[in-house]
Amino acid sequence: MAEAKRARPKPTPETQHFWDGTKAGELRLQRCDACAHVYFPPRPFCPSCASRKVSVFKASGKGTLYSYVINHRPAAPGFTPPYAIAVVALEEGPRLMSNITGCPQTPEALELDMALEVTFEALDEQITLPLFRPAKG
Amino acid sequence: MRRNQVAVVGAAETTELGIIPTMSQIQLHADAALNAIADAGLKLSDIDGFATAVETPQQICHYLGITPTWVDGTSVGGCSFMLHVRHAAAAIEAGLCKTVLITHAESGKSMIGKQPRSIAPDSLQGQFEAPFGVYGPPSMFPIPVLRYMKTYGITHEQLAMVAVVQREWAAKNPRAMMKDPITVDDVLNSRMIAYPFRLLQCCLVTDGGGALILTSADRAKDFPQKPVYILGTGESVETPMVSQMETFNSSRAFKVAGPLAFKEAGISHADVDHLMIYDAFAHLPLFGLGDLGFMPHAETGPFIAAGHTRPGGKLPLNTNGGGLSYMHSGMYGMYALQESVRQMRGIAPAQVPGAKISVCHGVGGMFAASGTIIFTNER
Ligand SMILES: [Zn+2]
Repeated sequence: MAEAKRARPKPTPETQHFWDGTKAGELRLQRCDACAHVYFPPRPFCPSCASRKVSVFKASGKGTLYSYVINHRPAAPGFTPPYAIAVVALEEGPRLMSNITGCPQTPEALELDMALEVTFEALDEQITLPLFRPAKG
Repeated sequence: MRRNQVAVVGAAETTELGIIPTMSQIQLHADAALNAIADAGLKLSDIDGFATAVETPQQICHYLGITPTWVDGTSVGGCSFMLHVRHAAAAIEAGLCKTVLITHAESGKSMIGKQPRSIAPDSLQGQFEAPFGVYGPPSMFPIPVLRYMKTYGITHEQLAMVAVVQREWAAKNPRAMMKDPITVDDVLNSRMIAYPFRLLQCCLVTDGGGALILTSADRAKDFPQKPVYILGTGESVETPMVSQMETFNSSRAFKVAGPLAFKEAGISHADVDHLMIYDAFAHLPLFGLGDLGFMPHAETGPFIAAGHTRPGGKLPLNTNGGGLSYMHSGMYGMYALQESVRQMRGIAPAQVPGAKISVCHGVGGMFAASGTIIFTNER
């Protein structure tokens, strides 16, 4: 039996730039040219003012730990419990779900508001996931 | 919507609750529907409006043999039935139909005739949540909890007390799945599911269903059961992605739906005799008490820990035992509505003496949607 694999995202026309970005080692967000709102997940218009004039830009990759669970059971395919499912607050404003690497998956090690930085993990030749690790320095 | 123009005249759950290996999901719908029809003293042919969730209206109408002139297939998760009640009340007032049947059923445990829930890999959830190891509600719904605890100073013991108190209510309900008393230590020593939540802070997984029948308040007096009037209603949605909520300190959908219902009902919080807050997980009653305006969020944990929501307390909450101890087939909102109706009829197993106003607040998805219904037994 094939080993169960981690759920694999399938890009759409509206999200392709994000997945091209992670593959190139960039975390890409979008900013509205009309009202400067920065938003996520990707879409070709501003959810704040409805303008279709929006730009893709490279985010700093810096953020803080907003909240998380440490999942024990049931574990998702491709994951070995216990593992943290985190929501990261990016410096630019939006939040996104991710995992925290380079750090024990314990309440003691995972302190809310700790500084994090993005790191990239290739899932296969097409898809690279944005993960986060404790910020250095 | 105008107050008290529409009433619940039929209400019933499936004949059995819990583990029902003898019925498929659509038969559970039918079982609940037939029980509600009997409760209201009606025939199926009297039904001209129909609403359900997950299953389509055409599926259940065909199975039951109903030809409706108004249908609502709103399916926003476990609070869909609160939204159905709101929509049905508006439809009856507008003259689109006279007698509405709302059904819920789920073969949540036995999984007979039930489509498994799945997340498409090209949906936003499939791209931006599923790859990070979320796997069913226990891994998703508690994600805001640690932030909420830090912001408001809520403790693990207070969150454990939610389960302890609801077990006290469940002990009074013969149909509750879990009736044995539990302590805070029992909760905090139960199996870890998704830190910070343990087994006893997560809802049950069961089979069952329920159905409601609504008609105009003017007709309601001719029915065999004591009418339960719709005093106020509210609804909203926020996001299907828990990670994209505006804040983890509150639920926007709760904050829209709840106050809307209170405003429509024209009541204050002090008027509330009985309260149901959909408790798929132990933090939901805290979010509900705060977002519906009963008290500041920081006071919700201490309020429950002090025993104010337990039997004999000043604000009886989740008096059937809730999703944590009564039953939870996957979409618990219908059972919360059933308990509110029983309390307003005065026939609940753990009846709140003299209760006249009941607030029933539901959640759909992981804070994705919300519906609030305020009932009264006085017109
Ligand atoms: Zn804008």
